This record gives sequence, structure tokens and C-alpha cells, in this order.
Amino acid sequence: MKAWLDHQDFRAGVRDIAAVSPGMAAWGVMTGVAMVKSGMSLIEVLLMGIFVFAGSSQLAAIPLISAGAPMWVILATAFCVNLRFMVFSAHLRPYVMHQKRWQRMLSGYFMADLGYVFFVRRFPTPATDPVGIRAQEAYWAGIGAFGWISWVGATLLGIALGNSIPVAWGLGFAGILALLGVTCSMVTARLRVVSVGVAGTAAVAAIALPLKLNIIVAIAAAVAVCLLLEKLQSATLDTQ
Amino acid sequence: MDTTDLWTVATIIGMTLVTVLTRSFFFLSSKTWTLPAWAQRGLQYAPVAALAAVIVPEVITTQGHLIGTWQDARLFAAVAGLAWFYWRRGLLGTIIAGMAVYLPLHVGLGW
Repeated sequence: MKAWLDHQDFRAGVRDIAAVSPGMAAWGVMTGVAMVKSGMSLIEVLLMGIFVFAGSSQLAAIPLISAGAPMWVILATAFCVNLRFMVFSAHLRPYVMHQKRWQRMLSGYFMADLGYVFFVRRFPTPATDPVGIRAQEAYWAGIGAFGWISWVGATLLGIALGNSIPVAWGLGFAGILALLGVTCSMVTARLRVVSVGVAGTAAVAAIALPLKLNIIVAIAAAVAVCLLLEKLQSATLDTQ
Repeated sequence: MDTTDLWTVATIIGMTLVTVLTRSFFFLSSKTWTLPAWAQRGLQYAPVAALAAVIVPEVITTQGHLIGTWQDARLFAAVAGLAWFYWRRGLLGTIIAGMAVYLPLHVGLGW
């Protein structure tokens, strides 16, 4: 544990997440406020705020819980809203398979959108040597620990502030701006521009789908189009 | 405040399990298998795609519909954030510049 904290990649992970944490924190505060206003008891609100660690599925579940929806409906909703993380877990599988199963599940628990994005940006391919594996684990621990602490801390702050922050101010938009900045920093190659364009368009075109399934449709469409263009590109290069 | 309901607590525990199981879905099996090469290559486009898929609807749709007006604080905030990013490259600046445009328009003018 101590060795992790001293690892330069752990600190790099903390730094990377810290750069976006103001935006994420605003989102967390608004999630806390929304939970308090839903009429759940304080214990329920605290349990959800501390353990669930999934902003979009919390926001989707809150109205269902207040409406008294059946448990399976709420869990199915949470599952669908989390579908994109299944795709991410397929991507990250080669990075974690040296761990024991419970460690892999713990690694998975700490996966958030930006954590995943930052991780594959820093480590485009899985390490095979012990030093590299150690660096990857330290970085994941850094983004996971700091991401969890700042998200849960912000949610608790939102729970404490409760009714004193009007939801109508829309402070949560700061989270979208943080994601926007990260996206810009990642759009470095032409096919990535295509990926952003296709995914953004598809996500709006498929907005009528329930349970945020438009996100998974958009990812599939963007990946498919980019693979196709890659293939066409290499085919033209071959014939030249 | 309302009383704690065991059923709701069970639902929250279930949601925590959903968080773990979806995020470690492809970590669970210990069998040796690897994704086909094309899928592995395709996944490098997934991170930016996922970000765009989350962001774009949050900026240009309301309640499941494209917005029909330019008088929406989110549009101007996104442009301000983008402008800051390509001018100065800082994430914190992107958030602050965007919110500095968003809050007056949204809270002040009701856009």
C-alpha cells in the first residue's frame, strides 16, 4: 500500500483525475442533492452515495425508487445504464488477468468513464514485464482512489447541503464541460475525429431508446465506422 | 425524513453489485481467451466514442428531443469551453470558462 502511494504512476493518476475533479465534484454534489430530494431516508441516501459509485445509474434509479418501482425494474435499469462499462471491461481484460479474481472485481468496481479513458490513454498496450504491470496497477489505484474519494465526498456534500442548492441552477453541467475538455485532449488522430462525430450523431439519433441505450448504440456505430475506414485506408495503400 | 425501508436497502445493495458485475464483466472468467484482433483494434476508438455519446445529447437535447432554439445556455457554455481548451489547453479553465458563461445565461436569463 505504502509502496503504491510513493509510486510515481500513482501520483500521476491522482494528478490526472484531480484536473477534472471540479467538474465531477459539481456533478456529485447535484447527485447528492437529487437523492435527498427524492424522499429516501438518510440511511438509504448515505448507503447509495457511498457504495453504488455510478452517477448515471443513481440518477436513473432515484425516480424509480421514489415511485416504488419493483426491484428488478430498478436493477435492470442500472444494468442497462452501465452497459458501456461491459465494453470497457472487454478492452481492459488483458491488463488485469494476472490478478486474482477478487482483485479483478475490485479493479472493476473503481472503473469510471474518465478513469478508463485516462488509463488507456497512458497505457495503449498492456504491459508484460513486472515493472510495467506495477506501474499500470499504481496508476489505476491512483485514479480509482482519488476518483472515488472526490466523487463520494462531493455526493456527501450534496446530501449535507440538500435543499439549499436549487437543482434548477444546473451546476451538474460542469461535469459535461470536464468530459468535453477530456474529449478534446484525446482527439489527436483523424479517425478519432470520425469516432467523435459518428458517436455524437448516433447518440442523438437514437435518443428515443430507453435506458440510455443510445450510448451503447453510438459506441458500436463509431467503432464499426472507424474499423471500416481503417480497412479502406490500408486497401488504398496496398494498391498504390 | 422518511423511514428506512429494507426493500430499498436491498435495492441499493443490488445496484452496488450491478456496478461491480458490469464493470468487471469480462474480468470474471479465468479461462484463457483473447478478443479477436479486429475487436481489440476497434476498441481503441471506444473511449472517445463513449465520451461523445454522453456529451452531445447532454448539450443539444432536452427530454429526449433535439432543442429547437439557440437560446440555450448549454450551447454557449460548450462553445466557451471549447474556445478555452483550444486557446489554453487547461481542463480546469475549460470547466470555469464554460460555467462562467452557463450560469449567467441559465440562472439569470433562464436559457
